Amino acid sequence: MKTNLYNYILELADNCLIAGQRLGELCGHGPSLETDIACTNISLDLFGQTRSYFQYAADIKGGDASEDSIAFLRYERQYKNVLLVEQPNRDFAYTIARQYLFDVFHLLLLEKLQFSQDMILSAIAKKSIKEASYHVRFTGDWIKRLGDGTEESHAKMQEAIDGLWTYTNELFEVTEEAKILAEEGIAVNVSTLKDLYYEKVSALLTEATLTVPENKYFQKGGKSGIHTEHMGYLLADMQYMQRAYPNMKW
Amino acid sequence: MSEAQLKNTGTERSRSLEEIFEQRIANDEKIEPKDWMPEKYRKTHIRQISQHAHSEIVGMLPEGNWITRAPSLRRKVALLAKVQDEAGHGLYLYSACETLGISRDELYDQLHSGKAKYSSIFNYPTVTWADMGAIGWLVDGAAIINQVPLCNTSYGPYARAMIRVCKEESFHQRQGFEIMMSLCNGTEVQKQMAQDALNRWWWPSLMMLGPTDSESVHTEQSMKWKLKRKTNDELRQQFIDQTVPQADILGLTIPDPDLKWNEETGHYDFGEIDWEEFWQVVKGHGPCNKERMNARVGAWERGTWVRDAAMAYAEKQQDKKVNSAKAV
Repeated sequence: MKTNLYNYILELADNCLIAGQRLGELCGHGPSLETDIACTNISLDLFGQTRSYFQYAADIKGGDASEDSIAFLRYERQYKNVLLVEQPNRDFAYTIARQYLFDVFHLLLLEKLQFSQDMILSAIAKKSIKEASYHVRFTGDWIKRLGDGTEESHAKMQEAIDGLWTYTNELFEVTEEAKILAEEGIAVNVSTLKDLYYEKVSALLTEATLTVPENKYFQKGGKSGIHTEHMGYLLADMQYMQRAYPNMKW
Repeated sequence: MSEAQLKNTGTERSRSLEEIFEQRIANDEKIEPKDWMPEKYRKTHIRQISQHAHSEIVGMLPEGNWITRAPSLRRKVALLAKVQDEAGHGLYLYSACETLGISRDELYDQLHSGKAKYSSIFNYPTVTWADMGAIGWLVDGAAIINQVPLCNTSYGPYARAMIRVCKEESFHQRQGFEIMMSLCNGTEVQKQMAQDALNRWWWPSLMMLGPTDSESVHTEQSMKWKLKRKTNDELRQQFIDQTVPQADILGLTIPDPDLKWNEETGHYDFGEIDWEEFWQVVKGHGPCNKERMNARVGAWERGTWVRDAAMAYAEKQQDKKVNSAKAV
């Protein structure tokens, strides 16, 4: 089995899976029907991407592996998503900030991944770019509305950005397998996206009258499967059916 | 003209307006927002369309309850899309209602204060995954039976909204049936889960078609305005006749010992509906009335600062435009 490629796919897909799961929690509980529909759209896009990645990963793994066994039947330590995307929906500001901080990275990543030497990854990236461009526009617009809206919304958005900033740097950590695959032209070396990322994010936050955090202390661990305490509960929910009723078709 | 003559002419004019209006309805013409309509017609439509819109958005909650726990990625995506469709239905039904001269905020107020009703079916809990199948199959099935005639209702914006709603609902119903089919073709535990869901949702689904004709206060007027084309009891019979063979295909037993085919009438006879339970839930004392209302009111209240911010931001942008235009 192409272990490096398999692990790299999980690294890409788990971010989509967990971000989609978090947004899915809000369906029906949004601040307005319009935002509810839009957040569900983003969630749907992310799950769609997840499925494409996992179907590819299942092919590589072979045997009984399926998109669902990969999505639902791993242990917490085997999920490779960054800590950022598993952070809870404390309020709408946190949800938007979390998604925006991911979306900017995601689009930059996909724009490079479309040139991957791996044809399937390249195809998934090409399809996903359109979706991610919409995501970053939607969440970016809301950062501006909330940042430059009322005093209350400004304070809440600033708090969310400050709270989540510590998780941004992990996005640019290069894992062992990604390093090897990047040399083969298959993976993206995410460290090269870092400067542009902070440039884009800082510009938007400034436009939204928000202060760019100066925090230099960052958290990491997600990519090696060491998650925050929130992750276990998310998985308990997500895996419930597959764990309670193993080996069944739905 | 004397005052008495003037008064007479006024009454005659409104009588003739009303006659023209009734004639238009009899001719199957659509009534549009700017057309003259009797006040009672307007109010009845606000009541029914908003009740329908509220049902869509409260209806998001019982199914939304399973999005995070859907058993496969395919099912999760389908469920998310379905609940999102319901939000979309809510959106265009509220818009149709707004054409009658009431705002979405006012309609929400009516829902949140308990003044407006929504379909009672959503006050039952979704306790297993099979409920996602049963709701699609039975609840959406009953909704379609209720709603298809509305595609021809007299009020134009409502009729047009319903055409789209019905198309999506029929897709949802097939999706629900397919969930049930997977369960019934699955393990013993899955079959039991499906049967249990049918047992719990059957009677509430029959109640969804509304009180029996003799108890239905709005039926007569609504039939006249083509806001209703069949009576509740006729619709209920149609639902039962349509659903029983589907349960047979699934290999499930409908929880009604009195259910049997009647050769003479060409319909299924069925047992007594527990109307006491129906009225209890309608009056706010069902298993989840409080939870559903708390969820809706909570989402609305938690969203206040977000909506305020969006308004404030839009105003600031507008001011900026005006100022830069002035500067030029």
